[in-house]
Amino acid sequence: MPTFLREASLKRHTVLDLLFRNLTRVSAFGVLMLLVAIIASLIVGSMPAIRAFGFGFLTSSEWDPVNDQFGALIPIVGTLVTSAIALLIAIPVSFGIAIFLTELSPRILRRPLGVAIELLAGIPSIIYGMWGLFIFAPLFAERIEPWLSAHIGTMPYIGPLFSGPPMGIGVLTAGIILAIMVIPFIASVMRDVFEVVPTLLKESAYGLGATTWEVMWKVVLPYTKVGVAGGIMLGLGRALGETMAVTFVIGNSHELSKSLLMPGNSIASALANEFTEAYGGVYTSALIELGLILFFITFVVLSLARYMLFKLGQREGQVT
Amino acid sequence: MNVMPSLYTRRRIINATGLAISMLAMAFGLFWLCWILWTLLEHGLHALTPLVFAQMTPPPGSGGGLLNAIAGSLAMTLVGTLIGTPIGILAGTYLAEFGQRGWLAPVTRFINDVLLSAPSIVIGLFVYEVYVIRVKHFSGWAGALALSIIVIPIVIRTTENMLRLVPTTLREAAAALGAPQWKIINFITLRAARAGIITGVMLAIARISGETAPLLFTALNNQFWSSNMDQPMANLPVVIFQFAMSPYEDWQKLAWAGALLITLSVLTLNILARVLFRQKAASH
Repeated sequence: MPTFLREASLKRHTVLDLLFRNLTRVSAFGVLMLLVAIIASLIVGSMPAIRAFGFGFLTSSEWDPVNDQFGALIPIVGTLVTSAIALLIAIPVSFGIAIFLTELSPRILRRPLGVAIELLAGIPSIIYGMWGLFIFAPLFAERIEPWLSAHIGTMPYIGPLFSGPPMGIGVLTAGIILAIMVIPFIASVMRDVFEVVPTLLKESAYGLGATTWEVMWKVVLPYTKVGVAGGIMLGLGRALGETMAVTFVIGNSHELSKSLLMPGNSIASALANEFTEAYGGVYTSALIELGLILFFITFVVLSLARYMLFKLGQREGQVT
Repeated sequence: MNVMPSLYTRRRIINATGLAISMLAMAFGLFWLCWILWTLLEHGLHALTPLVFAQMTPPPGSGGGLLNAIAGSLAMTLVGTLIGTPIGILAGTYLAEFGQRGWLAPVTRFINDVLLSAPSIVIGLFVYEVYVIRVKHFSGWAGALALSIIVIPIVIRTTENMLRLVPTTLREAAAALGAPQWKIINFITLRAARAGIITGVMLAIARISGETAPLLFTALNNQFWSSNMDQPMANLPVVIFQFAMSPYEDWQKLAWAGALLITLSVLTLNILARVLFRQKAASH
């Protein structure tokens, strides 16, 4: 090939390289811009409400569309309480599932059972909501809630949490359904981090005569605790932002109640229920501010989760 | 030596209890899966008549189907995937191939991981703010846009992971033959990672076909047949939401049919993606 042709082709490829590299760079940069745009649009949208209520929005429990008075306390409390219930149930169960999948399960069953748990995460949240409303809530109201209020409801301190009429829908039901939804997320992260524990470490413990439980509890868990915490935070992030499943069963009432059996509200379900029906600038804006608060909370939680998982990965890199 | 057997017994009891509880936990997880699927089959199967695929969503009290909702869901899922996939693949390529130096790649990776599990209802709010308010009406395009924002992080994540699995020697071999970088990436590495990336796209489709929250404020709903993406558009998840929350029995029945339909397609996609990826991975 003559020199000038070769140079032309070289030049062409250099230009194409540059083009392609920058195209991918712009796409990556677009993701950053997307986040900035989401935050900016939420802030702009909630400006009228921020101006009208200031920080009082976070602490006021009033929600009165007729007089344009809004406070976010009840949805915020509802979101946090349902997520807390969900984690309380989901953490031990996920831990058990992860132990089963990494240590106990026969090798042939390991994969199908793992996939089955992951399928639980694949079921759309609206299905959980429907199932919760039509199947779980009536059963819960008939069988479990009367028992709860009769036995635990009479105890001191925690009694008031479990008293009240058995309605089926309420904060506790929403928390339980959230738990079922986040179990697969937490369990699969736990399983993944348990699998990075060096076999050498586990075999040494077994060699010293430790039981399976002791190996899990005293070797595997301390080794992976940062990752396990990351998985839990990831599940928490999911639970906080979950919309449809909660909307069906939480009852959507803007009243603060001490009892977990009573209906409540969460940020996401308030948005889902009221946003399209909201009239007037302040009402819409107050709902957008709720969205902003939700995004802020989940952003912090998910950032922590990623940071913890990253830490685990880093340490793993040093050990090997 | 009296203490030894008792300590040993105690440890064995703790071990057995712990392991039994973990087995129970596994059963607990599977129990919900089976219960939910069973309920769906029980209520959905007899509601799922051929009419569901032939007629439009009815007003309360008369018969009808879900044809417009199914079509709307398919259209929006398709457009959302078509918008989100190329952006996701390009950005994922940047992270895997060009992201060794500089601040952009680590920051993007982190933000992407956060967006991956960000509440989808906030995405709906965002599209409402930047698109629906501007054009002053709900539309199928807005719904597709919201879905594409959910697709992007999933595709970025899988593209990057899959490209990282491609051995560096493959890239070096191509470079040694004089191939420019854009050719190496487009014709060697992306092609080698194809199966994995397709799996990622399938998982993304599975995820968005069940998403309800982002469509509530964007596509809204439409009781009639609509092939105009610039109009409010019927879609399965929102129809299920509306019909299930309604007091009318025939609406609730249709909601069960829709729920079964969505769940079956999502689970099929999920399983298919895994099987496909496993076969590909095994053959390499």
